[in-house]
Amino acid sequence: MQTVIDSLNNALKTALEKDEHVLILGEDILDPYGGAFKVTRGLSTSFPDQVLTTPVSEAGIVGVASGLALRGFRPVVEIMFGDFVTLAADQVINHAAKFRYMYNDQVHVPVVIRTPMGGRRGYGPTHSQTMEKIFLGVPDISIFAPNLFIDPGELLLASIFDVDDPVLFVENKIQYTQKLVIDDDLQEFIIINHQTSGIKGEIRDFTSPIQLSLRDAPSPSVTIATYGYMADLCRQAALQLAYEEEIFIDIIIFSQLLPIDISSINSSLQKTGRLLVVEEGTVTSGWGAEILASSLEKYGNHHFRAMRVASNDSPIPAAHILEQTLLPGVEDIIMAVKKMV
Amino acid sequence: MNNQNTEKLDPEANNLNESLYRAMLRIRAFEEKVLAEFSSGNFRGTTHTYLGQEANAAGVLEEISENDVVVSNHRSHGHFLAYGGDMHALFAELMGKTTGICGGRGGSQHLHWNNFYSNGVLGGTSPVAAGIALAEKLDKRNTITILFLGDGALGEGVVYESLNMAALWSVPILYIVENNHIAQTTPIDQNFAGDINKRFEAFGIDSEMIDSSDVIEINTTASQLVKKIRIETSPHALVINTHRFGPHSKGDDTRSEQYMEDIKKMRDPITIQTERIKTSKRLEIENDVAVEIEEAYNAAVADPISVFR
Repeated sequence: MQTVIDSLNNALKTALEKDEHVLILGEDILDPYGGAFKVTRGLSTSFPDQVLTTPVSEAGIVGVASGLALRGFRPVVEIMFGDFVTLAADQVINHAAKFRYMYNDQVHVPVVIRTPMGGRRGYGPTHSQTMEKIFLGVPDISIFAPNLFIDPGELLLASIFDVDDPVLFVENKIQYTQKLVIDDDLQEFIIINHQTSGIKGEIRDFTSPIQLSLRDAPSPSVTIATYGYMADLCRQAALQLAYEEEIFIDIIIFSQLLPIDISSINSSLQKTGRLLVVEEGTVTSGWGAEILASSLEKYGNHHFRAMRVASNDSPIPAAHILEQTLLPGVEDIIMAVKKMV
Repeated sequence: MNNQNTEKLDPEANNLNESLYRAMLRIRAFEEKVLAEFSSGNFRGTTHTYLGQEANAAGVLEEISENDVVVSNHRSHGHFLAYGGDMHALFAELMGKTTGICGGRGGSQHLHWNNFYSNGVLGGTSPVAAGIALAEKLDKRNTITILFLGDGALGEGVVYESLNMAALWSVPILYIVENNHIAQTTPIDQNFAGDINKRFEAFGIDSEMIDSSDVIEINTTASQLVKKIRIETSPHALVINTHRFGPHSKGDDTRSEQYMEDIKKMRDPITIQTERIKTSKRLEIENDVAVEIEEAYNAAVADPISVFR
């Protein structure tokens, strides 16, 4: 069964094969090492002209990628740890994300910046964060985050070929080696694939949210919105809540964090009247804050309860127990749901 | 050199002298018009005029070919006009008109037309220019990329990340550092440690320095470098010690009146070049430019303002 890494690696291989203007840039991505998390393993051997190792220069390599993109290439830049994306923030925000608009749509910057976020490996405060939220609200970029319930490789291919504006592609370290969930694993659930609307360009299905609802269950009591690694923790929580507490929840799993589109929350929220957003990043002004604010604006005339599960606003300690206490787990999700019903 | 001597120059040199003179005069007149008319309310926002530095853009960009790429900065008008950018469209961009280069979205610092790009975050263009040059090399288009930097921008770290990569990958890029010895209001001796050339040489990039406002001297040096880069496909730098006659933007010039008087007297590229132009020809060019400025400006004033979309 395919892991997330397999899926991503295959997608990159497909992309490099398909178009010689797809380039991969990053630090330590050459074989035999094949990248810190091995996502690029084998690629430099098969495509030596399209895989470039770079110096330790996150701002520089994102800028170089923007320049390549302006002149007809489709670069995929790897930032080794999501925490380091801060080094590239100016190049993302004031260059890559601005060129198309400020040059009056005369150019496109089809750059994909891939990076693993997330903790739980004891790497410590500067190697464990979930930082995509600092780019939420930057106009004219997309943020995608694969999970186990979609095809991460297809999401990556869509990012590379179907989106002509910069994409921040947020991977997760723990999730890399996890196996993709197949239908057998989801027997307890009905899967609904929500079509999203109003997305620029021809995006295939892969960016639409997936909804998991418990099969043959009474009406749900809580709607969960989540993404990335937390999606599978929500699934585990849903099963435990169903079997042990007879509390039933819907899980809306987002693959597209930006542009924001919350329309898929509505049908479940109408039934439950309770919206819980689950994320790994720090709680203040996170993705959850945006989802709740947007939902309140759009659906708030039908009053609903709102809550977030996220990390407290603290750096992530390295020691195992400390890290585990800080970062949200299945128990935190269960506790939050129980508080709401 | 007196006017009689210009008769002895060959026609080609005459043509070069005249076209460089015209190029500089167009920039000078444009920038003076912008500063003069700012209070009229037709221009909004900020602007960073190129007064005193005209010879740099004119001398260097005379040497580029149609497909070469120019990456500029906040002080972009001189580069843009010397590149061949349209004067009317530039006025219109500063006025926020639909006919502006970027439809009014970019304004003075954020221009793109053809192979010309500018951005207003100092130093941020450096890696982008390196990436552009790399793209041009990989696609075998045989072009060069010119990046304009100032002494102030050399404070930004990403510049050095870019030099490292440009040298490592041997990209066809020409760095033009316009050292006007001042970064906004801060003189270079408060900003800059060490030697400009050596910063490039630290990455194995050959760096030349000239101290001149003579457009012919600048052009001659640039011509040699451009040829070299086209053949070698490698980065080179040219540091031009120059002088900024105007404020950083508007009203922010902290230098003494005496100092300004001195540099305008001794380092005016237009005055220097005047010596090489026959008087009758000079008057003709001046008249042409004056007419061109007025027509472009008035056309832009009459253009419709941009609509949000």
